[in-house]
Amino acid sequence: MNISEKILAKASGKEEVSAGDIVEAKVDTVMINEITGPLAIKAFDEIGIRRAWDKRRIVMILDHEVPADSVKAAEMHKIMREFAREQHIPNFYDVGSGGVCHQVMVEKGHVRPGELIVGADSHTCTYGALGAFATGIGSTETAAVFATGDIWLKVPETIKIDVSGSFQRFVTPKDLILNIIGQLKADGAIYRALEFAGPTIDEMSISGRLTICNMAVEIGAKTAIINPDEVALSYVKNRTEKPFKPLRSDPDANCERNIKVTVDNLEPQVACPHTVDNVKPVTEVEGTPVDQTFIGSCTNGRIEDLRIAAEITKGRKVKEGVRMLITPASQEVYLEALQERLLEAFVKAGAYICNPTCGACFGGHMGLLAPGETCISSSNRNFIGRMGSPKAEIYLASPATVAASAIAGEITDPRRLEM
Amino acid sequence: MEICGKAVTFGNDVNTDVIIPGKYLTALDPQELAKHAMEGLDPDFTKIASDGVIIVAGTNFGCGSSREQAPIALKYAGVNGVLAESFARIFYRNAINIGLPALECLGILGKVDPGDELCVDLAGGEVVDLSKNESFRALKFPDFVLEIIGDGGLIEHLRKRLRRDGLL
Repeated sequence: MNISEKILAKASGKEEVSAGDIVEAKVDTVMINEITGPLAIKAFDEIGIRRAWDKRRIVMILDHEVPADSVKAAEMHKIMREFAREQHIPNFYDVGSGGVCHQVMVEKGHVRPGELIVGADSHTCTYGALGAFATGIGSTETAAVFATGDIWLKVPETIKIDVSGSFQRFVTPKDLILNIIGQLKADGAIYRALEFAGPTIDEMSISGRLTICNMAVEIGAKTAIINPDEVALSYVKNRTEKPFKPLRSDPDANCERNIKVTVDNLEPQVACPHTVDNVKPVTEVEGTPVDQTFIGSCTNGRIEDLRIAAEITKGRKVKEGVRMLITPASQEVYLEALQERLLEAFVKAGAYICNPTCGACFGGHMGLLAPGETCISSSNRNFIGRMGSPKAEIYLASPATVAASAIAGEITDPRRLEM
Repeated sequence: MEICGKAVTFGNDVNTDVIIPGKYLTALDPQELAKHAMEGLDPDFTKIASDGVIIVAGTNFGCGSSREQAPIALKYAGVNGVLAESFARIFYRNAINIGLPALECLGILGKVDPGDELCVDLAGGEVVDLSKNESFRALKFPDFVLEIIGDGGLIEHLRKRLRRDGLL
């Protein structure tokens, strides 16, 4: 069996499962945020069960619109707070204690190898970077998990992606995943699990692994997963005291397809309006003027992302007439960026530092776009209207490309900047 | 179980951000969400849909975020069901769970014109275009999914199960 099959077999109490089987699985952890959570709470109330199945297995995080930017958002937050109190949920991350849900899940130790995790957010697939089987679900389904702890799942076929080679300077895991998305297209992995492997993945940091797993959903994948190695195990052990049993694919495990990718000659990649799979090498879109640049989100708002952006920004100025928004993914990332004086470099360059939130990525607050404006963003979606006006254009790229573009005022290949 | 309505057609990869943009997701009232359904793609959608329609679309319908507000907005705007070449999985589950039938129907896009009168037999998977007198075959639901739809969604379905087990 491969790692996904092994985790789903374990979660459903079976010796063996294979792709196509429908299993009734026990969930290890379920996560909600304040956009999907209130609907789940409403549905849970309708079920009529008084107590959630296991309060320790529920994680609640406020992130999409924090602090509340409207009375309506404040009401959503209040519903979350009241539910956390009523159900005595220990893992509730209010304003000031967390950040973007997926970053909080991994850095606070709520994700362990071998576990089945569901979350009411499509980017839940991020956690596969640590060897968990994690997938996004909706609010009603979340309510059912609150009530029973169970969920039905179809065991997915696996697409294995073997990655080899070394990245050029300023070419990053984000460029790798954008390139894969451009090749496989938006529906290229519907219902599938992506399994990343190969020497490049072995050498990749946890931050990079989180980025590539995060965007699997953009090609329709149910999840993405990486066999946990020593790097993943030590990351997790530093964050949780709960025991876990890592599972790994058998060497002869089957997969539906095997794709080989080399990154040696990979250029920085850019997803152009208005679909994530409309991917071009940066050299083809260089010179496109931008009004706003955004670094943040569950895809690329981590400390490594801020470090590379600061390296490019330090000692330079954001182009006049261009806005550069920096939104650290969590309080922990924010603090690290503060201690490493990255925030100082950004402020001196003329960037605007936002608090940890989904913010502009989600188009809820903190940097919406006006009609006719163009943004280059380190986030994950460039759909029409995603970041504000349906008449705005969004390009997606790595934090390095976004930072270089902020300095130049137009889409820029970060490899061109003299360091 | 049968659903009927005039066809409204869309292409491939219709994402949940255009079905209902993020800026409206603080609304909990389904009627409020419905006002903005498909706003990004067709500002007249809600007027057309209010008579009761069936969406016919291409591949990967409902891709993007897990927001259940997307099928809710469609349902309350007047959409009786969605027929697509394929669905993004979270949208598909959400639609079924809130009682909005979503059926995979290979080869339907391009054969049905906007405004055609459609009827769909949910149990049998047969789609009839009454305007053209043609029929198509949708993928049949597994029995347990059909039960969820029959019960009007996952919550009622679960309540039934819990009552049967004496837990409610």
